Amino acid sequence: MNDLIGLVDWSRAQFALTAMYHWLFVPLTIGLSLIVAIMETIYVRTGEERWKGITRFWMTLFGINFACGIATGLILEFEFGTNWSNYSWFVGDIFGAPLAIEGLFAFFMEATFVAVMFFGWNKVSKGFHLASSWLTALGVTLSALWILVANAWMQYPVGMEFDPAQMRNVMTDFFAVALSPVAINKFFHTVFSAWTLAGVFVIGVSSWLLLRKRNISAAKSSMKVGSFVGLAGILFTLWTGHGSAVEVARVQPMKLAAMEGLYRGSVGQSIVGFGILKPESTRTSEDPMLFSIDIPKGLSYLIYMEGDKFVAGIDDLIDGIELTANGDTIHGLSYADRIELGKEARAALADYAAAREAGDEAAMTKAAAAVKENFANFGYGYLPSPEAAVPNVSMTFYAFHIMVMAGGYLLLLFIAVLFFCYRKPGLLENRVMCWIGMLSIAVVWVCSQSGWVLAEVGRQPWVIQDLMPTTAAISGISTGSVQLTFWLFAAVFTGLLIAEVSIMLRYISSASKTDIENPKH
Amino acid sequence: MTERAEKETIWRRTVSLYVDGFRNMTVGRKLWALILIKLFIFFAVLKLFFFPNILSTTYDTDEERADAVREALMAPTDENLPN
Repeated sequence: MNDLIGLVDWSRAQFALTAMYHWLFVPLTIGLSLIVAIMETIYVRTGEERWKGITRFWMTLFGINFACGIATGLILEFEFGTNWSNYSWFVGDIFGAPLAIEGLFAFFMEATFVAVMFFGWNKVSKGFHLASSWLTALGVTLSALWILVANAWMQYPVGMEFDPAQMRNVMTDFFAVALSPVAINKFFHTVFSAWTLAGVFVIGVSSWLLLRKRNISAAKSSMKVGSFVGLAGILFTLWTGHGSAVEVARVQPMKLAAMEGLYRGSVGQSIVGFGILKPESTRTSEDPMLFSIDIPKGLSYLIYMEGDKFVAGIDDLIDGIELTANGDTIHGLSYADRIELGKEARAALADYAAAREAGDEAAMTKAAAAVKENFANFGYGYLPSPEAAVPNVSMTFYAFHIMVMAGGYLLLLFIAVLFFCYRKPGLLENRVMCWIGMLSIAVVWVCSQSGWVLAEVGRQPWVIQDLMPTTAAISGISTGSVQLTFWLFAAVFTGLLIAEVSIMLRYISSASKTDIENPKH
Repeated sequence: MTERAEKETIWRRTVSLYVDGFRNMTVGRKLWALILIKLFIFFAVLKLFFFPNILSTTYDTDEERADAVREALMAPTDENLPN
């Protein structure tokens, strides 16, 4: 038993390591492609050659990041086949179809237009080059669409039917999968957050140029574009973040409760503006917080746009209870009930297997119907207790609050930078301001990674919400082999990251010593 | 210009775009080296020796794979696990 726990933990750690490494590059690729396209548009519209130089500077940084990020996502696919084979089979074509579309469509689109972007200066017309830059931005954005659709399905599985003969889910409605509200929110939230990240990156690198007093004009012009894109990005991120929270409340209420460290909900539930959870050993349902600054009725407003609505806490969900505005209690399905229903589904699956072996068609049909009846609770049949359906509350809570606080800080940063750009440009060269700009690069990456920690840790114990717990998704491989590959990845990725970051820093340093606005070539 | 000559010109320009582009790369050379090293490590080392697709390599047919997953998902070994 301990071996299985170790295997699951190491496999999860390995997946987290590779996914987080992959996510270092992806948002910058998405966001920077847009910024480059906007800069080139300014160049084409104004005809000012200096904008061509500025575009080429950021385009090279985009290219370095693009090349560094290439294939880092492939490792995740390797892990699906080796570490998570039960899961890979169980999801069936739900995962395969979106990823195949991504491979065919977006990859070729990027490969074609990225080449024109980099090799096409002075070879193709200005208009065609500009179109290629915009199509590259569209291509990288669409690449993100399909993997996010697949991830959204894990959070909210729809548009499929489980086939006990094949032991996998069969897609019955492609549009229900691709256009589920969770998928749409997730896609836009992720893409807008990528704009935010790239905006901060441009501000940060420009701040370094200003600190070194090199290419001041190019740095200030870049900052304007970066902060406009970043401001639009953070505002849209906040808007879609609200949409995501509403969806989480609807389809993953346990995640929402964990995000807020909320054990017992109430009518007119407050939201934690800033707080520290008590250690797990001393935490009680009635008093889980060591310290908190709450916004009265905030969570009810956030989710329902009404202050007197009930928001369920962890214990309420386990007990299956809900309170009305006048204090009456409504009893629904408790987690203990759901575990029983899940066990019935698993038992029906065993009956199906036995009937299949005996060649009894009638019994197979009956058992398949029984599986279908309780399939919505199938995963609960694996849980030893209702409490096992609660994610790691501390990690979910802090990931959410770090993300929100960092997002709030970034909003202020973009407003301040834009104000300085247009009203007090001299202040942009202030040393403190330059350091704030540079250090904000770290803040935005922490913010971005926290979002994914929240999404994935908050979904636990599920790998597919309500249908498959992580413990059932794992392959029967040895813990030692996963440990070995974990450290192997850690070493390889660290080496690659150092090489990649050093190429980027060396380029920024060398380009800063030239006239970015008037490059020789 | 005939249609054939026009097509040939387009092809020649496309080929020259790539050939000249690769020839005149500066930072790109390092990046291609990095990409090739990375792909070699991923495919020739990690995928080949450490990441077999368990179901594809262990079983020959989809029916066998389905049976293996069925057996794994019906086994009680994962019960009583803490979260």
